[in-house]
Order: sequence, then structure tokens, then C-alpha cells
Amino acid sequence: MTTTATPPPRTARATATPPEQRKRGQRGGPAYIFLTPWILGVVLLTLAPMAVSLYLSFTDYNLFDPPKWVGLRNYSDMFTADPRYWRSVGTTLLYVVVAVPLKLAIALGVALLLSNTRKAKGFYRSAFYAPSLLGASMAVALVWRALYNDGGTVDELLSSIGIHTGGWVSDPHLAVFVVALLSAWQFGAPMVIFLAGLQQIPADLYEAAALDGAGRWRRFVSVTLPMLSPVVFFNLVLETIQSFQVFTPAFAISGGNGGPADSTEFYTLYLYERGFTASHMGYASAMAWVLLLAIGAVTLVLFRTSRSWVFYANEGA
Amino acid sequence: MATTVPDVKSAAGLKNSSGLKNNSGRTRTAAIAKHLGLVAVLLVLLYPLVWLFATSLKPANEVLTSLKLLPSHIEWSNYTTALDGISGVSISRLLLNSLLISVGSVIGNVVSCSLAAYAFARLRFRMRGPMFGFMIATMMLPHHAVLIPQYIIFNKLGMVDTYWPLILPKFLATEAFFVFLIVQFMRGLPRELDEAARIDGCGPFRIFWSVVLPLTRPALITTAIFTFIWSWNDFFTQLIYLFDPEKFTITLALRNFVDQSSTSAYGPMFAMSVISIVPIVLFFFAFQRYLVEGMATSGLKG
Repeated sequence: MTTTATPPPRTARATATPPEQRKRGQRGGPAYIFLTPWILGVVLLTLAPMAVSLYLSFTDYNLFDPPKWVGLRNYSDMFTADPRYWRSVGTTLLYVVVAVPLKLAIALGVALLLSNTRKAKGFYRSAFYAPSLLGASMAVALVWRALYNDGGTVDELLSSIGIHTGGWVSDPHLAVFVVALLSAWQFGAPMVIFLAGLQQIPADLYEAAALDGAGRWRRFVSVTLPMLSPVVFFNLVLETIQSFQVFTPAFAISGGNGGPADSTEFYTLYLYERGFTASHMGYASAMAWVLLLAIGAVTLVLFRTSRSWVFYANEGA
Repeated sequence: MATTVPDVKSAAGLKNSSGLKNNSGRTRTAAIAKHLGLVAVLLVLLYPLVWLFATSLKPANEVLTSLKLLPSHIEWSNYTTALDGISGVSISRLLLNSLLISVGSVIGNVVSCSLAAYAFARLRFRMRGPMFGFMIATMMLPHHAVLIPQYIIFNKLGMVDTYWPLILPKFLATEAFFVFLIVQFMRGLPRELDEAARIDGCGPFRIFWSVVLPLTRPALITTAIFTFIWSWNDFFTQLIYLFDPEKFTITLALRNFVDQSSTSAYGPMFAMSVISIVPIVLFFFAFQRYLVEGMATSGLKG
């Protein structure tokens, strides 16, 4: 219908606009004017910096003297001679592996609870979403540090049921989980996306399944999960990428130095320390590139595995 | 057949037919249990915020010795201490600095992202597909990959310890998330409007300004609010670029409390924390619809 409708306006336009302007429109001249800020940003603030940072990663650079070429030394130091580096890798991976599934599981669970609620649905949705806006703030990170500190609310609650931790924040084994729990607290953002996904599952699929005698659980496994899998995948990729870059809560909960005993020295924290406190810009650039490649690799792996578990309804039809 | 379907539905307790319409005892108990569960989640979620507010009013000796949420008496002096600010910089100055950065970022993002989005959503040009793909890819790019060279560039330009490194990138549409959000919104607008304007002799600029942009208002509001809140919350970039206490933001001021392990400063620290999140809370209450909807639509069409 649209194809038959378009030709008349085309000819009308041809007579209405001066030929010169029309020509430019076809070449894309105006488009590039609209894109100028974005193109400048891409070239000056993304592509060029990435190239520069790749170059710097092969140098010794302290911001004051000119960069000195050292070949692969930053990388070999990082991988073979820097236990702190590996410690930060381990901390970050542990955090990602704990925080992402925890956050997504809570988000999915609450979204399922909410999806067929009618009363006050909008209120719950907004209220659950609020922490996602506040969670990145320094203020909330400070609250979490206090809550999980020695003598803080969580510590006292656990003590009252006989579990004595002496405060999670000062325990090298537990401190990283404080950051993970703060991340889980912000489950509202993926939850909202899950909810929107749940609403798009056609109701007749559930009716057909019910007619075939499928119970509540069966309908969840055979209808909800496959139909929702693209949204699960989207959230998984997004949250994973974001989790690798966590900084503010890690900074606040670790007391700004990755403590106790470097147990909360996340990758980004160590990168900051190397680059901006110790002025080893070359080494920090190498770390940034390894982070970029690692995130790229993890994303790629997620996309590869997604073929076996993500179901796209319109592909089958 | 039509008569059997409702029976099966209600027997299976289907989501579309259960709930309030169906007043059988079982579904009503289930609904109550569900609401109890949701309220429980809500209480756990809100506890840290209530705790923050309560602690900001507690006398110093009660912060850690008492598990009671409410203070024995309200200690306003925490707030008067917080109002003094830090290292001689008053809190109004800190808030004003934060506001300046956030408003600058909002203007930058709304202008540059809507321009780019219009080109991607409505105009034809060579390399549109690859460029759009690249824009999506930059959404996933970790900030740290460009951090150090950007710092070096701004350092060379003499812009370190100014607000330029915090605001200028926003005018160059570096936050691709918002370009994508606005593109998705513009794609939903009927093309017939553009077409009609074109027949009336409007060029792309006129169409953008008079037709598309006014209709894109909800997406622009979403962009503005998210940008404001994210810039307000931002810590990392401010930590790197700002050194002069006179230029500190409220977030950087809170940083001063981070390495203090003593709990004596808890009252003023949390009073300042409360003040620092007031704008976010106000924005949330005023615009929550835009925020939640914006999140839902941008996430779904990926």
C-alpha cells in the first residue's frame, strides 16, 4: 500500500523544491551537517584516543617526559610480574560472576511477580526502579559502607542470630560481596526491561499451552523463558559489560585504596591508581586495552552461546 | 468451542483471567500473598535510604551504638555542619558547581544527540548502515579505553581543572545510548508527516526543527533527565579532572569522607549525602514516567 502511495508525492516534491537542494539531499549533504558533532566526537574523542592509547601501551609515559618506546614490556610485566594485577583481575571476575546473575535473577523474579499484578503496578515499578538512579551515587555507596561496617546494621543483625563477621567491609573475603549486593540492589533497570518483554508475549500462547494441559511451571519453562530469552540475553550482555567497569562503589567501599588487603582493588581502581596516582600512563593504557579486549571477548562468547539458548520467535515463522 | 475456552482458562488460573475479576478465594489469597511479597521487597529496598535519612539526624554517639532507626532527639547540627561545606568551600558553591556541570551536559546531549539521531532515523546518506552499527558498538565501549588519551588531550589543551572535559564531550554526542534512544523514538513517528512537510517545501532542517523535534519531546525529556542524574552522580571523571576545591562538586566533597575510617563524622557526612541526593529524588518524583518508559523502550528494541 505504501509503495503505491509514494510516487505522487515524489513528483510533487520534485517540482516544489529547487533542483539544487534536491540533489544535495540525495547525496547526503544535509545528513552530514546533522552528523557533524557526532562524527567529530567519534574521531576526536573515540577513534583517535583509542589509537593513541594503543601506541602508549607500548611506551613508558609519565605525562611530563616524552613517551619512551618499550615494546611489549608493559604487557609482559602485567601478565608475569605483577601479582596486584592478577589480584584485581580475580576480584573483578568474582564480582562479575556473582553480581550479574544475582541482579538478573532478582530482576526476573520481581518482574514475574509484577507482570500479572494489576493493583499499584505502576507504583511498584517506579519504586523498584528508584535505586537504579541512586545506586551510582557516592552518597549511597557511603551508606552501604556504613551498613556493612563493623557494628553496622547488617553486622548487628547477623550477630543477633549468632553469625559474627566483624563487619564485611573490613573482611578481605567479604568486602567484594558488599559491592555485589549494592549492584543487586539496583535490579530495577533490568526489571523494567524484563517487564516490557513479558508484556510482549502473546496471551494466546499461554492459552494454547493451558489447553494442552500445561501447568504453571510448565508454562513458565516452555512459553515464558523461550519467549523472554532475547530480553534475558540483552540484559545479560548489558549488565556484564557494565559490571566490568564498576568504579564509584568500589572506590567508596574500599576506602579509596582497594582495601582491606587489596581485596576490593577492582580492575578499574588499579587502572586509576597506576595511571593517575603513580603516573604510569603507558602501563595504564595497556591495562585499558586488555580490559577492552576482555570485554569484547566475553561479549563474543555470550553471542556465540546465545545461538543455543536464545529463541527468536519471528525467525521460526 | 467458544464456550469451553473460558472454562479451561479459569480452571488453569491463567494470568489473563485470574486476579481481581475472579473473586474465588484461592486467587484472592494468592494476590494478597503476592502483594505481601512485593511490599517486603520494597521495604528491603527502601531501608538503606530511610537509614540514610535517619542517620543524618542522629547525634554522633548514637550512630553506631544504637540499632534503633530513629534518633532519640533530632540533631540539626549535622546539617549546619554540612552547610559549612568542606575546606572552606560552602555547600551552596559545591551544589552550584554540580548544577553547572549537569545543566551543561544536558544541553550538550539534547542538542548533539537529537541532531545525530535525526540523520540516522530519517535521512539517507552513504555509509549509513556501517555508521549506525559503529554507533551501537560505541555504546558497549568501556570508558576506560579512551580515558587516558582523552586526559592527555585535555591536559595539552590546558583544560584540566576546568569543566570543559566534563561538558565538551556531551556536545559531541559521545553518549551513544541517547542517540540510540532518540533514533528509536523518531522511527516510531509517522513518515507521512515528513513527506507532507516536504511537499510544502520544507528542507531537512525545517522538517527537523518544526516537525520531528516537537514530536520527539518525550525522548528528549528522557535524555535530559538521565543526563542530569548521571552527570550529577558522576564521580570518576570529576575525580580525574578537578583539583581546585573551589571547583569541587558535591560528589567530590563527599569523597573527602571516604578515607576517614572514624565514625565521628557520620552525622555531617550523611547530612551532606542527603543534600546531595535531593535533586535526584525530586527529579525522580517529577519525571518517573519518562525514566521508566525510556528504560523499557530503549532496552527492548536492541
